[in-house]
This record gives sequence, C-alpha cells and structure tokens, in this order.
Amino acid sequence: MSGYMSGILSILAINIIFAYGIFLAVATGQLNLGGAGFQAVGAYAAAYLTATFGLSVPLTLLFGVVLAGLVGVAIAFPILRTKGVYLVLATFAFAEVITGAILNSEELGGAMGISVPAYVDWYVPVIMAVCVIGFVFYVMSTRFGLAMRAIHDDEQVSDLMGVSIRGVKVVAFGIGAALAGLSGGLYAVSYSYVEVQSFNALLSIYVLLYVLLGGTQTAWGPLVGATFFTILPEVLRDALPALKTAVVGLFGDADNVAPPDESWRFVILGLMTILMMVIRPEGLVTRTMVENLQFWKKGATSARREVTEG
Amino acid sequence: MLLLQQIINSVMLGSVYVTVAVAFTLTIGILNFLNFTIPTLFMLTGMTGWAIAYWGLPMGLSGPLPWPVALVIGILVAVLASLVVERFTFRYLKTRYGDSTEHAIPLVSSLGFLLVLENLVQIGYGNDSQRFPGPDADLTLNIGGLFVRIPQLVSLLVTVAIVVGLTLLLKRSRIGRGLRAIAENPDAANILGVDTARVVPVVFMLTGLLCGLAGALFAVNYGEVSPFMGEDIGTKAIAGMVIGGLGSIWGAVLGGLVVGLLEMMTVHFFGADTVQVVVWGALLLTLIAYPQGLFGHNSIGKGKL
Repeated sequence: MSGYMSGILSILAINIIFAYGIFLAVATGQLNLGGAGFQAVGAYAAAYLTATFGLSVPLTLLFGVVLAGLVGVAIAFPILRTKGVYLVLATFAFAEVITGAILNSEELGGAMGISVPAYVDWYVPVIMAVCVIGFVFYVMSTRFGLAMRAIHDDEQVSDLMGVSIRGVKVVAFGIGAALAGLSGGLYAVSYSYVEVQSFNALLSIYVLLYVLLGGTQTAWGPLVGATFFTILPEVLRDALPALKTAVVGLFGDADNVAPPDESWRFVILGLMTILMMVIRPEGLVTRTMVENLQFWKKGATSARREVTEG
Repeated sequence: MLLLQQIINSVMLGSVYVTVAVAFTLTIGILNFLNFTIPTLFMLTGMTGWAIAYWGLPMGLSGPLPWPVALVIGILVAVLASLVVERFTFRYLKTRYGDSTEHAIPLVSSLGFLLVLENLVQIGYGNDSQRFPGPDADLTLNIGGLFVRIPQLVSLLVTVAIVVGLTLLLKRSRIGRGLRAIAENPDAANILGVDTARVVPVVFMLTGLLCGLAGALFAVNYGEVSPFMGEDIGTKAIAGMVIGGLGSIWGAVLGGLVVGLLEMMTVHFFGADTVQVVVWGALLLTLIAYPQGLFGHNSIGKGKL
C-alpha cells in the first residue's frame, strides 16, 4: 500500500473516532465545541509518556483515553449546568484554556511541540476505529442509548419519565471525551509528532460539522459525515485543478493555469454546510432513512411508521 | 504613573472589544443566536478597505481610493455580507423537528459562513498581513504626562456614540420596540403584529455596521490588517460579552473594558503568551460560577436590552 493511501486511512480512522467522541455528547443534545481540547489531552498524554518515560504504545494510548475521559467527566459536572449557547461557549473556552496551557508549558514543549519516539502503521487506527464504531452502535442499542435518544428528542419529557438527565449527560460526555482522547493518542503515534497549533479552534469546528452534517439521530451519522468530509478534500485535490483547467480551457488558455488555492476546499465545505442547514438540517442520515433501508425488516418498519406517522 | 498609563491604554484597547462584544450580545439577546460570522465581518471590512485603498475597486473600476472612502465601502461590504448571512441563517430555515440540538442550526450555518468568507478573503488577498495606509497612528495628546493617541481617542468616542445610539434605538423607536418584543417572545411578537421578516434583518444590518465600524477603527489604529485579524478580537469580544452577561448591551460594554484591562495587566505582569489562558479561563469561570454575568439575566431572551 502506498504511503499516500495509508496516510489517508490513518487520518480517516482518527477522524471517525474523533467524530464519535463528539457524537456521544451531541446525541444527548449537548453541542461540544471543545473537541480539539480533549484530543489535545489524549495526544499530549501519549506523546509525553512515550517521550519521557518510554512507555509502550498500548499503555500510553490507555493513559490518554483515561486522562481525557477523567478530564471530560470533571469538566462535565460544572459545564453541564449550562445549556444552549452557554454550553457551546463553555466547551469552546475549555479547549482554548487547554491549548493555551500547553502552549505555556515548558514541560510539554510549548510552541515547539513534542516528537514522539513511537510509530504505528495505518492498521492500528483502522482496527481501533472499527472497535469504536462497534462500541458506539452497541451503546446506542442499549437502554442507556435509548435514554440518550430520549434526552436528545425531548429533555423535559425524559425527565418526567424518570430518566436521570444529569447522569446520562455526564456519562455520555465523559465517554465522548475519552474517545476524543483516543483519537488524539492515535494521532500522536501515527504522526510521531504533536504540536499544539494543530489542535486549534478550527479543528473543533470541523469535527462538530462532520457530526451535525452526518446526522445525530443514528450512530451512522458520524461515520458518514467523517468519511465524506475526510475523503472529499482528497478527491477535490485532484478534481479542482482539472475543473479549473477545463473552465479556463473554454476560453482557450488552458496551458498556463496556476493550480487553485488550497482554501477552495474549505470554501466548498462551508458552502455545503450552509446549503445542508437549509435543505436538510437534521443531517444526511436520519432515523427514518435507516429504517427504510432495512428492507429485510420491511413488515416491521412499515407497521412502525404507520404508528409514528398516523 | 505607569500603572495609570496602562489603565488608559487598556481602556483604548477595550473600546474595540466593546464594539464587537455589543454586536455579539445584540444577536444573542434578540435572536438567541451565537453568530460566528461576527469576527469574519470585522476582518472583511479591514481587508476590503485595505484592498480598495491599495488597489482600487475590483475589475478596474477605479484606481486606489483615499482611505476614508475605502473604509466606508468596507463597512458597506460587511453590512451586505451580514444580510446574506441573515438569509441563510434565519429566513430559509424552518424548525421542523423540535429536538434539542435544533437551536444549533443557525450557529452551524454561521460556522459555514466563517469558513467560506475567511477562505475567500485568503484566496483573493493572500495570507499575509498588510500595512493599512491610514493616518499617522502615533499622533499623541500629552495630558499631564499621560499619553493618549488621537486615533484611539476617536475610537473611544465612536464606541460611546454607538452604544448610546443603540440603546436609544432599542428604547425609543418603533423598530426597537419590535426587536425587544422578539427578544421577549418571537411567537407572541408575531401575533401582536411585529413583522418578523422585516425586523430581523435590522439586527443583522446593525451587526454588520458594528463589526464594520470596529474593523475600520482597528485598521486606522493599528495600521495593519490581515485575514486572521478577526480571530483574536472575536475571542476577546466573546469573553467580554460573557463576563458582562449575555444579551446585555451595557454588560458587553463593561465586559469589553474588563477584558482590555485583564489583557493589559496580564501582559504587564506575566507576559504576552499567557493572555489566551487568562482571558478564556476568566470566561470559563464566569460561565461555571456566575453564568448570568455581571449584568445579564439567567435565561436568554427575557427582556434585558
């Protein structure tokens, strides 16, 4: 397998795990715009432990996950008192504080970053991603997943029905933070280098967009969203210059065309976000869509739809 | 004396934050919408203003224009862009599902606009910071040994005028009454005859105007613009808004000044690198310990403008 392909597979797997981390929070109705902060915790935990104590990769990843999860639970208790805009701001502020603290820490390399004396091949993140996907699908199928779904759809009614809102939210946020930490740890050992500048506010924005555009109603959403938006830039990397040459070629000057700016890819991501919110704000994959696709259970689904739509 | 000079400097610095913080708080107070395009609109004015003052209007319509004209055009661009944002964050969006992440739809759209506008500006004008050909920013007034730079003084006066004007608009005018009614309860306002489709764009025009003015003042004061100039200001303005209390205009004024002071003091005592941690840490603590801020009320949209 070429280096290019394995690089894409690694980052794809990391993005999918990261998206599931944010998904677990969003699936209980909490917009987590602090993804980069949790990923940074996991990445720096893995990098620091490997570089300083020479721990093995599985152990450092485990530490990263546990640390990010603990930080997530610790921050969830005070933060989850807030709602809506306040929660978005609080998670965003949390990420900025974490990255700012790392930037000012001599021990963690400050602006220089840490090089990690460990390396894993592409199949490690991919296997982990498959495990995470299975885990989240399992969680969503349990009673706990049902409670998450209930809170997402209507918090007050779930509260009346006896669902422990606070408990479910904190646990979902904490597991999500742990998964974001795992993605950070995998990032550190896949690239053998971490620098705090890569965990910026834009990263938090991107991953939230993956989740929301993919759809938050089912566990398929983050998978579709993260895959689509990780592959899209790579496809555009080839397609955009071709498109530009073709367009300029219409005016008969195809030979001396400069390749288009990298920024176009982000313009396209932004435009798709805006259009998506107008056309299909609930995300690409919805619950009804998944049910309709399960044609082998046709009888059951059509009966259920009669109940819900009738 | 040095401390007094620092405080004066921080008030001047804070006045830019105040204008942007008021733009944030206005949208949140009336529409319950955290508008992430605000820092981008601020940047848009600075960059288009620079481009027109340096190159002239696009497609060869004119040569380089004098900087005040360029800045006025820049402000108009910000207002127009803000109206486009209104179309795609409010007008065409219908709430259909009623689930708990639904309030996020305008916010997500505004994140989309942030990506689009910021990257388009980078494509058009490059990634570098540019020198803005404004007036001499170092013209200073010496009052008993304390130095006040004249462009900064002008900024402060403009900021005060904006805030007072905005308060009067909201308190006295018909449009202002409509806006306050929408802040209180959009459905009831609609039933009682407030034309939401006409009043909501006013919020976005005001947002564009405030950001545009702030961007113009920034360009004149610092003599430098860049595609990334909005990020830092946006950060500080959000912090100011939260500290003052979401949705409160006077809270945003005070919060912006507090953040300016906090920044100056942090730089003075700990160095420039720690500013990010201190400002965001203050924001986080305020949100956790005292979420209504200094002036706001606990819930959004309950008549506090």
